[in-house]
Amino acid sequence: MNIHEYQAKAMLSEFALPVPRGRLALTVDEAVAATDELGGAIWVVKAQIHAGGRGKAGGVRLCWSKGEVRSAAEALLGSVLVTKQTGEAGKEVKRLYVEEGLNIASEFYLSLLVDRETEKVAFVVSPAGGMEIEEVAASSPEKILTLSVAGDQPSAYECTTIAAFLGLQGSQISACADLLTKLHRAFCQKDGSMLELNPLILTADGNLVALDAKFVADSNALYRHPELVALRDLDEEDPREVEASQFGLNYIALDGRIGCMVNGAGLAMATMDIIQLKGDKPANFLDVGGGVTVDSVCEAFKLLFSDDHVKAVLVNIFGGIVRCDVIANGLLEAIKTHPMRVPVVMRLVGTNEEEGRRLVKDAGLDVRWAADLDQAAEYAVAAARGE
Amino acid sequence: MSVLLDKNTRVICQGYTGKQGTFHSSAMIAYGTCFVGGVTPGKGGQTHLERPVFNTVADAVVQEGAEASVIFVPPRFAADAILEAADAGIKLIACITEGIPVLDMLKVKEGLSDKSCVLIGPNCPGIITPGEAKIGIMPGHIHLPGRVGVISRSGTLTYEAVDQLTQTGLGQSTCIGMGGDPIHGMDFIDALKLFEADAQTEGIVLIGEIGGADEEHAAEYIRQAVTKPVVAFIAGATAPKGKRMGHAGAIISGGKGTAEAKFAALEAAGVTVERNPTLLGKRMLELLS
Repeated sequence: MNIHEYQAKAMLSEFALPVPRGRLALTVDEAVAATDELGGAIWVVKAQIHAGGRGKAGGVRLCWSKGEVRSAAEALLGSVLVTKQTGEAGKEVKRLYVEEGLNIASEFYLSLLVDRETEKVAFVVSPAGGMEIEEVAASSPEKILTLSVAGDQPSAYECTTIAAFLGLQGSQISACADLLTKLHRAFCQKDGSMLELNPLILTADGNLVALDAKFVADSNALYRHPELVALRDLDEEDPREVEASQFGLNYIALDGRIGCMVNGAGLAMATMDIIQLKGDKPANFLDVGGGVTVDSVCEAFKLLFSDDHVKAVLVNIFGGIVRCDVIANGLLEAIKTHPMRVPVVMRLVGTNEEEGRRLVKDAGLDVRWAADLDQAAEYAVAAARGE
Repeated sequence: MSVLLDKNTRVICQGYTGKQGTFHSSAMIAYGTCFVGGVTPGKGGQTHLERPVFNTVADAVVQEGAEASVIFVPPRFAADAILEAADAGIKLIACITEGIPVLDMLKVKEGLSDKSCVLIGPNCPGIITPGEAKIGIMPGHIHLPGRVGVISRSGTLTYEAVDQLTQTGLGQSTCIGMGGDPIHGMDFIDALKLFEADAQTEGIVLIGEIGGADEEHAAEYIRQAVTKPVVAFIAGATAPKGKRMGHAGAIISGGKGTAEAKFAALEAAGVTVERNPTLLGKRMLELLS
């Protein structure tokens, strides 16, 4: 689960980590008022959306006067920001964060993540801060250091290794060690799956400050973090994905035209892949999961039938825990309010398959039955073409 | 022969008396698994599914000689359950539970580092040696005792491959679902080692997913040490970057973990790569004919 930059910074403050002083602003007036509260002569107005690449997209404005803060806030609030990570549709800016401007001497990249190779929490650092780390990795991999923390917290020597790699000197090295230790603590106590400071800066007067902060919480650990759940911003998520998640469905919108309903994540991905192999594109990833009910299946069909991009629906169920009759009943329930406006291809095998097929047939539904996945994909692709 | 599990393996279930534990334990018993009891703290001394319930895994080991355990404990207690099984001397642990926090799994892996047990999962279908025993949630009836070993990161996609191997008459020696989480127990290499050494296994089907580098490591290992034919499929060629595709581990991040990179690595290692997930059985039949 993602949270906003200002929320991540507030979280870092709880761990006594250095972040710029700032104020959340939901209106232009609040943004202007923030300058008085913060004082100083330079402010940064930052659009708060759950996507990176804001700077390049014009979502971060450096302002030298209150007037500039006002016009930046007016321009940003309500605008749609299109960054490398938002997709073409972009994201509407509903929140701003106004910060004090700092004098930057150097910029670094620093992140924490769970390293799948070492099975430890690891720091990824680079002296090339403020740039996209993927680009640094591609063009100059020697500028990136990945260091897995062996113990329960980073050791003195691990910290020194990182500080030296970043080119820090003298007292900055112990300041860096303190920062790394606290970051590691924050990451572990808050069950992070990613914590990224890009950039972490060294100010002109020699202090390390997290100029930007991104935190992604491990969704599996949210049960022990009600304080993080409270930060979830549903405006930042695809409304269909939010709706689906309320029914225990795993749904991700894609840009194709064949709606998919599958049980199991791997089979759902494979179903998307074979659609592409047959020359068309999936409109979504949809894993109904193992705990399906008539209600959740009904909801899944409604999602597919109400999506205008969907020209055909492919149902691929290999029932183990999932019962085919539950899938069939979900379809029958859904069409009461959402008629089948596009062709539906069904491949139902496994637990209670005969019962599932009988239910659909008895209801007189015009469904095309496929014997296997290959045939199902072929039928769906043909149906989407109007054949 | 088979790997890890046969009809004599003495199996217990942790989370035995719960809804999932009860349902799937019944299916394991019906399949013919040597199922000797289960663990639910506080219910020790009771009888469930005509078998004894214990408070701890250690009790089940002492009294019933339990060697393997399947875990259906809810996510917040599952990491502890794995460590309990390992401490009690269980040699084969299959954790079905989905949704264990990743930092909990780091602690589990550290705790298992000096133990000789094998962990399968979490968030996996388990392991089955067709015709002998199953530990997990896979539908038993689609399997057929036979010649091909299956190792997979996915659940239902494994059933798809198993079904094809059954339809072609090849059957399976043992099928292992290693699970969809980023931090997990047994990996491809562990399974490849076992299948390479197993006399019954003539070929291996490997099913990967986007995310991580397990498939790339497997490719390197196959190049060096596997002589048996391998057919591989990677799910998620059409998955968008940065989106978690259901499984916590199935995510392309930082441009790494793409299906294309994995296909390329496996192809370079001499693996028969099949991009159509419905042709895995057919490919294997060609290789073994």
